Amino acid sequence: MDPVMLSRVQFALTISFHYIFPVFSIGLGLLLVIMEGLYLKTGREVYHQMTHFWVSIFALIFGIGVASGIVMEFQFGTNWANYSRFVGDVFGSALAAEGLFAFFLESGFLAVLLFGWNKVSKQMHFLSTVLVCLGAHFSAVWIVVANSWQQTPAGFHLVSHNGAMRAEITDFWAMVFNPSSVERLSHVITGAWLAGAFLLLSISAFYLIKQKHLEVAKAGMNIGLSVALIASFLQLVTGHESALVVAKHQPAKLAAMEGHYHPYKTADLYLFGWVDEKAEKTHGLAIPGGLSFLTHNDFQKPLVGLGKFPKTERPPVNITFQMYHLMIAIGMTLIGLSVLGVFLKFKGTLYTCKPVLWLFVFAVMLPQIANQAGWAAAEIGRQPWIVYGLLRTSQGISPVVKADDILASIILFSSVYTLLFILFIYLLNQKIKKGPVFLEHDSTHLDPRLTAQSREGDINVL
Amino acid sequence: MFFEALDLNLIWFLLVGMLLTGYAMLDGFDLGVGILHLLTKTDEHRRLMLNSIGPVWDGNEVWLVTGGGALFAAFPDVYATVFSGFYLPFMILLVMLIFRAVAIEFRSKEPMSWWRQAWDASFSISSATSALLFGVALGNIALGIPLDAQGEFSGTFLSLLNPYALLVGLTTMALFAMHASIYVVMKTDGELQAQARGWIKNTIAFFVICYVTTTMATLLYVPQMTEHVRNQPGFFVLALLNMLAIAAIPRDIYYGRDLRAFAFSCLNIALLMALFGLGVFPYMVPSNPHPEWGLTIYNAASSQKTLGIMLIIAILAIPMVTAYTISIYWIFRGKVKLDAKSY
Repeated sequence: MDPVMLSRVQFALTISFHYIFPVFSIGLGLLLVIMEGLYLKTGREVYHQMTHFWVSIFALIFGIGVASGIVMEFQFGTNWANYSRFVGDVFGSALAAEGLFAFFLESGFLAVLLFGWNKVSKQMHFLSTVLVCLGAHFSAVWIVVANSWQQTPAGFHLVSHNGAMRAEITDFWAMVFNPSSVERLSHVITGAWLAGAFLLLSISAFYLIKQKHLEVAKAGMNIGLSVALIASFLQLVTGHESALVVAKHQPAKLAAMEGHYHPYKTADLYLFGWVDEKAEKTHGLAIPGGLSFLTHNDFQKPLVGLGKFPKTERPPVNITFQMYHLMIAIGMTLIGLSVLGVFLKFKGTLYTCKPVLWLFVFAVMLPQIANQAGWAAAEIGRQPWIVYGLLRTSQGISPVVKADDILASIILFSSVYTLLFILFIYLLNQKIKKGPVFLEHDSTHLDPRLTAQSREGDINVL
Repeated sequence: MFFEALDLNLIWFLLVGMLLTGYAMLDGFDLGVGILHLLTKTDEHRRLMLNSIGPVWDGNEVWLVTGGGALFAAFPDVYATVFSGFYLPFMILLVMLIFRAVAIEFRSKEPMSWWRQAWDASFSISSATSALLFGVALGNIALGIPLDAQGEFSGTFLSLLNPYALLVGLTTMALFAMHASIYVVMKTDGELQAQARGWIKNTIAFFVICYVTTTMATLLYVPQMTEHVRNQPGFFVLALLNMLAIAAIPRDIYYGRDLRAFAFSCLNIALLMALFGLGVFPYMVPSNPHPEWGLTIYNAASSQKTLGIMLIIAILAIPMVTAYTISIYWIFRGKVKLDAKSY
């Protein structure tokens, strides 16, 4: 078998499994700050219980995220040795910065979050929560910076080193703020907030349906909906900004996302469709000139199509198209769901409207699918380049690693990940079944009057 | 840049070495707790073992992740050659680290005895195998690995499992087991502490035997590792201090000064790493049998500009990392007790 394809499969497998967990940690990190902040501010027992419950879910997710993440850091070296030699000077410093600035912060203070309830003051505990949340966001910053540099390289020059070419930094800040960093980062972070918000909504809605842990569930719906509403609209904005960057810097990718073949002609915006790559034609329902309008604010302005690129420099078109459209369709659905939830909340029927609650229970999968699809569209759309316009994916692999070894590692990791995923779902389910419990020994640092009050009090965050 | 007068390559060799030494000292004891884990029999003792490392093991592993990141950034050719060359053992190591992490997380989440036993075994086996593989990697670097003119590994999986590398692997396991038994004495009391005192005697004896054997094997078969010490006898102080540090451990344990014994154990690890670094310097991956194709801290490094930028990053980050590492260890100081938030 082809070692390039095998290494790509291996990378896609490990990264897409890993990518389930950090998006939850980033989103939940933010939600934990909100929950615990509300607890500190109001002293209400419901937020206290809620924080404990969600910290334990955060810990489960973080544990698997760390376990699967250690593979990420080393597989550039194991499977992509030539790529590592080419980009190490640039990419490595972002990765090292992630370790030094983000990981130490996150994993260090997670210990206080988990084991420190009775060892540190409430304020110190909250500070730890904030630091864990910051750590989770910082890691996204450096990883997305590194990945964005691969999409839109900047701040470097090419130098011959030990008989091969490599990219060396000329301007660190130009590398960090390369043309796509900011737009892609904000898009990734808001995607993660959505994943966290919909996890909170899912479990809260489930409790409302089952008529259990009602106070915690209602507070969860309110916090979840607030974050979901803001994040889903932000997602629309950041998504549009990201698309504009792609149009400017990676025209072949944009053309593949919309199946636009004609070299110089206005481009349509497809709602859904199918690309016939052989006939170089796209079928589906489209707004004529829509893509031209979104890119240039002008329906008539032509856009570079795939026809302008030789066949060896085009990404796989149909899969890029489908992934991109799946992401957008889900993004729109999430806006719809958030608006629906807020509408029912103000109508006063949100907590009892079972069909909508069931929608929220299952909607937890939507941001995850959209995040994965968006990532796939971005990465597959970059092909055949591993570093856009500079290094082909086929040139990036490890020359000494044999196809059989890669296949063995694919089999190894698929089995391990399957087992991990089953365990994750099982343990998450156990935690949901157990639910938030009233914490007697912890309520010592709570004012008893506040405790009694909050049990009757009504919860409203929106 | 501001650093033109400095040998940035040497600084980064020392910094990467420092990160990996930090890893060996910190994750060393929690890997060691895994190696010793199955020697305890009751559920309570096993939970105490896990809780003794509970708040810190995750942060300890970050030293490896950061060491790996720093290696990638400062010496990309070393990173690429070593990890692609050691492909299969490395994949096994990664799976072991995954199993170890999830074993710690999952073990006490269910009450069934088969569940707990399975994760206990998983924790112990994966910890022992990880320690062995780290040692095997160090042993191979000491020996020098076959590289071609392009700096690519040209050996095989089995050539990595040679007797000398396996001996270093065994020594690493013994070292971590000793380090961990001191840690457990320090963090526990009562019955488990009494049992751990018994482990210290045995693990010290085991480590000293391995240490002496490895030293003799190195003098006989890997003489290039001692070249710098022969040329600069001043370096012999390191070896001498190392022996004194080892000798101080049983004495402090005898007098009940557990924390000091643990500090000497850390010093022992740091000195062993220093001797290793001194032995391979200026190489990072010596090539055998063609020394001229080896990767050194100069021919395998990133540009001076990148090394300088990263030094600024390190200068900003290291005080922060040190500060919160110390505060976390301070918050969780004292003997482990089981409570509702335990594993």
